[in-house]
Amino acid sequence: MTPAPARSPKVPVSASSPAGPVLEMRSIVKTFPGVRALSDVTLSVERGEVHALCGENGAGKSTLMKVLSGVHPHGTYEGEILFEGEPCRFKDIRASEQRGIVIIHQELALVPHLSIAENVFLGNEPSRRGIIDWHEALRRVSELLRRVGLDEHPETRVADIGVGKQQLVEIAKALAKNVRLLILDEPTAALNDEDSAKLLRLMRELKSQGITSIIISHKLNEIARIADSVTILRDGRSIETLDVRDPATTEERIIRGMVGRDLDSRFPHRTPYEGPADAAPVLEIRDWTVRHPLDRGRKAVDGVSLQVRRGEIVGVAGLMGAGRTELAMSVFGRSYGHYEQGTVLKDGREVRTRTVPEAVAHGIAYVTEDRKHYGLNLGDSVSRNISLASLGALARRGVVDGHEERKVAERYRRTMNIKAPNVLEPVGRLSGGNQQKVVLSKWILAGPDVLILDEPTRGVDVGAKFEIYTVIDRLAAEGKAILLISSELPELLGMCDRVYTMAAGRLTGEVARADATQEVLMRHMTQDTPAPPAVTAGAASSEGHQA
Amino acid sequence: MSTDVSTQTTTPAPPGRGAPSTGAPLVRILLDGVRRNMRQYGMLFALGLIVLLFQIWTGGDLLLPRNVSNLVLQNSYILILAIGMMIVIISGHIDLSVGSLMALVGGIGAVLMVEHHVAWPVAVLLTLLLGAAAGALQGFFIAYVGIPSFIVTLAGMLLFRGLTEIFLKGQTLGPFPDGLQKVANGFLPEVGPQTNYHNGTLLLGLGLVAYVVFQEVRDRRRQREFALEPLPTGLFALKLTALVAAVLVTTLLLASYKGAPVVLLILAALLVGFGYVMRNAVIGRHVYAIGGNLPAAKLSGVKDRKVTFAVFLNMGMLAALAGLVFAARFNAASPKAGVNFELEAIAAAFIGGASMSGGVGTVLGAIIGGLVLGVLNNGMNLVGVGTDWQQVIKGLVLLAAVGFDVWNKRRAGA
Repeated sequence: MTPAPARSPKVPVSASSPAGPVLEMRSIVKTFPGVRALSDVTLSVERGEVHALCGENGAGKSTLMKVLSGVHPHGTYEGEILFEGEPCRFKDIRASEQRGIVIIHQELALVPHLSIAENVFLGNEPSRRGIIDWHEALRRVSELLRRVGLDEHPETRVADIGVGKQQLVEIAKALAKNVRLLILDEPTAALNDEDSAKLLRLMRELKSQGITSIIISHKLNEIARIADSVTILRDGRSIETLDVRDPATTEERIIRGMVGRDLDSRFPHRTPYEGPADAAPVLEIRDWTVRHPLDRGRKAVDGVSLQVRRGEIVGVAGLMGAGRTELAMSVFGRSYGHYEQGTVLKDGREVRTRTVPEAVAHGIAYVTEDRKHYGLNLGDSVSRNISLASLGALARRGVVDGHEERKVAERYRRTMNIKAPNVLEPVGRLSGGNQQKVVLSKWILAGPDVLILDEPTRGVDVGAKFEIYTVIDRLAAEGKAILLISSELPELLGMCDRVYTMAAGRLTGEVARADATQEVLMRHMTQDTPAPPAVTAGAASSEGHQA
Repeated sequence: MSTDVSTQTTTPAPPGRGAPSTGAPLVRILLDGVRRNMRQYGMLFALGLIVLLFQIWTGGDLLLPRNVSNLVLQNSYILILAIGMMIVIISGHIDLSVGSLMALVGGIGAVLMVEHHVAWPVAVLLTLLLGAAAGALQGFFIAYVGIPSFIVTLAGMLLFRGLTEIFLKGQTLGPFPDGLQKVANGFLPEVGPQTNYHNGTLLLGLGLVAYVVFQEVRDRRRQREFALEPLPTGLFALKLTALVAAVLVTTLLLASYKGAPVVLLILAALLVGFGYVMRNAVIGRHVYAIGGNLPAAKLSGVKDRKVTFAVFLNMGMLAALAGLVFAARFNAASPKAGVNFELEAIAAAFIGGASMSGGVGTVLGAIIGGLVLGVLNNGMNLVGVGTDWQQVIKGLVLLAAVGFDVWNKRRAGA
């Protein structure tokens, strides 16, 4: 970890600072029809600090930030907001941006076909009488990109750079608006470890430049690394604000505040796989090779062979771009890329999985990492989402038994603890964790022998995570074979009997539960990859800035 | 939280937080149902309002038995198109070719029946198959080749219109055989003794009432069996009464003129049949799934190409049916038949609750949307509003209906 810029520790952050807090939100109450999203939330942010906002999904973090940034305009909520000592009554986002409050949403708001420069100045173009001054724009963009440490030409299309770099473009865009309070909603959710680390370094650097930030994050280790204080929300109320540098503020302590109960452990107690080590695998993949859909010259998955046995949970670890999702989706009905070679064996016999229905018929299920785009029909009900992959079994002569369908959905709502008023509720109204439980229910109902779970706890709060782990554990105990793809190493260590590691489309290791540590896995995951250029670029720029 | 609990100890606490505190569960369930189906209830309400408005404005002419009968015949072809169009739009597509296809089918039907004297049932069957084939052709390009439906059906619109002119050599062709005319313009046959009402229609109406009651009661019993929460008894009775009353009033209105038009029966069969398929059949669910989220549907094992193909095949067949009804009603096939009908059908679907992005809408909604337009047309004709102003008003209604929907969604907080 690189040390923070020298000036950083001297920035006063104590509550007794004479200037007082830069932002105060007092007794905020926000109600939607039928739901009270925020009740009496108080948030106080000191000048120049990184303030983390924590809470389970649905605790009200995003709503609070929408109130602050004017997405929910003044008058639609109760309470008072003071920014730099002055009351704020924003009628829209523009109004809050003029005061220097900029929010960067979880889903990036960039236009993919426009260039970096065009995106940075979108809605804020340096112009004279409506004509954009591109010389001025490019000069300023270059300067901003240097500040955020992004080594790309300003005229590069945003679609052509990775998510990590896109995130930096968002921050450059915020800087172009002379941001004084930067709000980041789950900024590292879609980033790999390396890009995350870079982003966090940048946040510390912005702090040294006097920019206050609020960061919403599920990743507690991140909070421990960069935040000065953390405010915990639960069920629409502000529970407490903790000083992160206080040694008493441990991850367990924060989790306790978020869930309102003690978690002895973040994972259910799991009896490891006990079958014979040479038991016949339920699923075996041999020499699987798939080419990238747009660039046939590239192998997205390269000669991967692996096996999963009955009752076993097998992890697949890898950094972003390692080819884990590509492997899973191409095996599941060739839903990704161009198949080149390889075979899938189910219970020792070669099977055809060339289409999704074929894969499903052979008892394979794939639970996507991206539930909003690939997992759910957000406008449709809980019940219909759960039944979609099993309509054949619920139907007689092509007609769905609606009563049976609702009964089944109701059963899953209870057993999976899906928090919805009833099964007719549109899935889009549920929180992330509950949506994930719906996707899981859908595939459990399909009755597969093999479940490929791709990041099953992404964007899910701590409480729901534990519930999902319990479900996975139960499925394994029932004799399902489970392939668990995850970016969270503790998750793999806590849940898996074996872990495969991937890098650059190839399998780079197979680690037994007993030998698995984060360090071992990370070493395998970074084995085969060429030295990532982004690190050097970031380091160079931060040095450049200090000079 | 628990201030008033002591006063109503018998009421079980509602599950989940944030349930409205207002007492009566009946009202709550009613409001909940309205909230969930805001768009449909809204349009039903608007339809009632428009009917009432024109009933007053025309001094009672609108709901004269003769006019109700007329209303059905006048709008039947648009309603048939609207059913198919609704399904196309739910699947996330659009079909611009149906007006032209109607003309083509009417034209070929006329050539077969008038010039070649083919027996009309055979000709009808052939033309329906032709429509299905035309739909299937477009469906092939959309589903399997991957050309956007807007482009394929825009091409179809030009193509079918041109072919119609070629087949009819620019002429109007007629008249159609009597048998076909009886279907398109005729009424249910009369039975039994002379009364002041049309007996056949009365019997049909009573049969329908019996069926509705039987179906609803059975549904309720099955809900109990499956331990689902059925509607509270009061509300159930209210719903049943409203349904029965609506059927009876329509029956009486039609029975006091010449009876139920045959086309109305066809329409009712289509409404019930397609409504059932879209709600309960696997393929119906798959249509909603591919329209709502195509990648998710694919990854759930939905054969999206087959479904899309079937949707367009079906649209083609319904367009053919509409084309036959239209041609037979005017007793002539014209190369200019059905111009802009695709737009009327699309408007009906959107007024009736379809969403531009797909995945949303019901067959009943399409009928309601079509009736809103139909009643507007008919009512404005009765009071003598010119076609110029009719267009203006219909445009505004479409805008208002969809605008209301957008506003309502935003208010609900996405």
